[in-house]
Amino acid sequence: MSIGTTNARPFLDIKDLTVRFETDDGIVQAVTESSFSLEKGKTLGIVGESGSGKSVTSLAVLGLHRTRSNAKVSGEIWLDDDELVTATDEQVRKLRGGKMAMIFQDPLSAMHPYFTVGAQIVEAYRVHHPGVNKKVARERAIDMLDRVGIPQPSRRFSDYAHQFSGGMRQRAMIAMALINDPALLIADEPTTALDVTVQAQILDLIRDLQEEFGSGVIMITHDLGVVAELADDVLVMYGGKVIEKGPALDVFQNPQHPYTWGLLGSMPRLDRDVRERLTPVKGTPPSLINLPSGCAFHPRCPFAGRNGERSYTEVPLLRGGTHSVACHLPPEERTKIFQQEILPIL
Amino acid sequence: MLTYIIRRLINAVITLLVVTAVTFAVFFMVPKLTGSDPALLYIGKTSDPAAIQGIRVKMGLNDPIPVQYGKFLKGLVVGRDYDNGPDVTHCPAPCLGYSFKTEQAVTPLLLNDLPVTFSLALGAAILWLIMGVLTGVISALRRGTILDRAVMTGALAGVSLPVYFTGLLSSAVFVYWLGWLPEGNYVPINQNPGEWFVQLLLPWITLAFLFAATYARLTRANMLETLGEDYVRTARAKGLPERVVIGKHALRSGLTPIVTIFGLDLGALLGGAILTENVFNLRGLGWQALSAIKGNDLPVILGVTLIAAFFIVFANLVVDLVYGLIDPRVRLG
Repeated sequence: MSIGTTNARPFLDIKDLTVRFETDDGIVQAVTESSFSLEKGKTLGIVGESGSGKSVTSLAVLGLHRTRSNAKVSGEIWLDDDELVTATDEQVRKLRGGKMAMIFQDPLSAMHPYFTVGAQIVEAYRVHHPGVNKKVARERAIDMLDRVGIPQPSRRFSDYAHQFSGGMRQRAMIAMALINDPALLIADEPTTALDVTVQAQILDLIRDLQEEFGSGVIMITHDLGVVAELADDVLVMYGGKVIEKGPALDVFQNPQHPYTWGLLGSMPRLDRDVRERLTPVKGTPPSLINLPSGCAFHPRCPFAGRNGERSYTEVPLLRGGTHSVACHLPPEERTKIFQQEILPIL
Repeated sequence: MLTYIIRRLINAVITLLVVTAVTFAVFFMVPKLTGSDPALLYIGKTSDPAAIQGIRVKMGLNDPIPVQYGKFLKGLVVGRDYDNGPDVTHCPAPCLGYSFKTEQAVTPLLLNDLPVTFSLALGAAILWLIMGVLTGVISALRRGTILDRAVMTGALAGVSLPVYFTGLLSSAVFVYWLGWLPEGNYVPINQNPGEWFVQLLLPWITLAFLFAATYARLTRANMLETLGEDYVRTARAKGLPERVVIGKHALRSGLTPIVTIFGLDLGALLGGAILTENVFNLRGLGWQALSAIKGNDLPVILGVTLIAAFFIVFANLVVDLVYGLIDPRVRLG
């Protein structure tokens, strides 16, 4: 397990990553001192509500914040031996799409409407293989389309994105992302825009391709079901901070943070009575411009202040340990609450 | 694609038909309703009744309105004969009738004006397209900088200042004060291309300034919108160099709406740039239109209107067809 190892540097190692955007309304504190790591061939699931910082984290890894002049990034992002925060634009550009690639949420808007799907895939290949001629690149792209399960790939090669179905578009996006055998694949809610049946197919596809290519995968989602199915490790983010992380199985069976309990409680389950109501996390996600002091979750936390602990003071950040949590509640108290109050309603 | 073209063509023809009907109604029926007799306009108020009656017969003014419109349409398509017993005047297609004032046929009169208007419109169009798009793109890429603000302020001035102000001001400065350009007199391109160019330079710049301002603002807005699109982010995520991201992916969709507006603007201008032509004394369609309006010369006004309408409809058609070529979603939709 990669999390917390101190000897050899993990393949992807992120330390104290902080991303803020200066806007007219104030400073948006999108990600605050988040640390995590990922080994090749493993899948890390990042879960959290909208605005929890999960997408911004991935954009920072790819260096896509760099075109926004108001973005400030600090901390360290190590991809093998390259440090990406201090790297030049050109260095990051060369890694982008090559060693690290990304799949986006809505494949229709993520594909250019005026270029054929094939041309866009060929472009992705040739930018990282400048010497390759068009014909070879085309064959490679068709081969890739075939591998992601697009029927009649040589014919579909010349189609436009709007001529593809939603699932096919996402397959084509995956083909585009994987064409350069990336060592790191970031999937930002890859199934959100898709039908349920297609979702399962896409997840299977990502898993199969991961086995084939041996990539490290970061799966960003708010769907805990996706995480349970694919992830080796889980990272729960709230208000731009990592509040719980650990092996997926462990986090699901023995969740530690009240917010994680809330997430699990709001997940529909087939083994429960359908008439039973889901338990939502009360309140709304915090504004990233004006984060609550201390533990950002405390205004929504049903257990905050129960034992007189000071929820408005800073919670120590998560750094080491296999399964760790950023919470003011004493561990024994948390275990008690989980056993007595949470488990029965999950 | 073929059905798309045919559908567009039919649309264009129907639109033109409607335009002829409306203009015909406005220019020949309205005077009648308000009590002024077109026959009197032709021949003068003091003429004797027999002559007026003769004109009525000759011009077909006694026929029922639909018949008159039918003859008018026929004149447009195949030409018509104005028949007054012994005195037959043939008006070849497209027949737009005769001027009240000069009794010249309207069609050759207007055809004579076309080269002037074309020279003005096409030259200005090339200029404003280059200026507008270039400054718009630069402004979008340098958003929020001093350069962006300066360009946008200039564009605001361009949009707000009317041609009769910028035109007269630039004439005053470049012709009369600095003496860099000669005092205006249009010279046909086939007579002396160099002189043609020099004479049209100021009108071009004046007209182009007005449009370039609009185009700069439009291009900037389009580019900014496109730069925020997911597919531009995808292009970056692929590791494409920024110049490809901007020059290929963003420009391709950022400039597509410009094609529409450019076609329509150019089409509208080909029907005559009334202000610019009058400010610079260019005897084109716009100049002709203004003098016809001043002289209450209905057939000429109608002729200019129809030509202008024709160019606008034609430009619309071209834009639709070009759109089918550049946007695959239109082609197949």
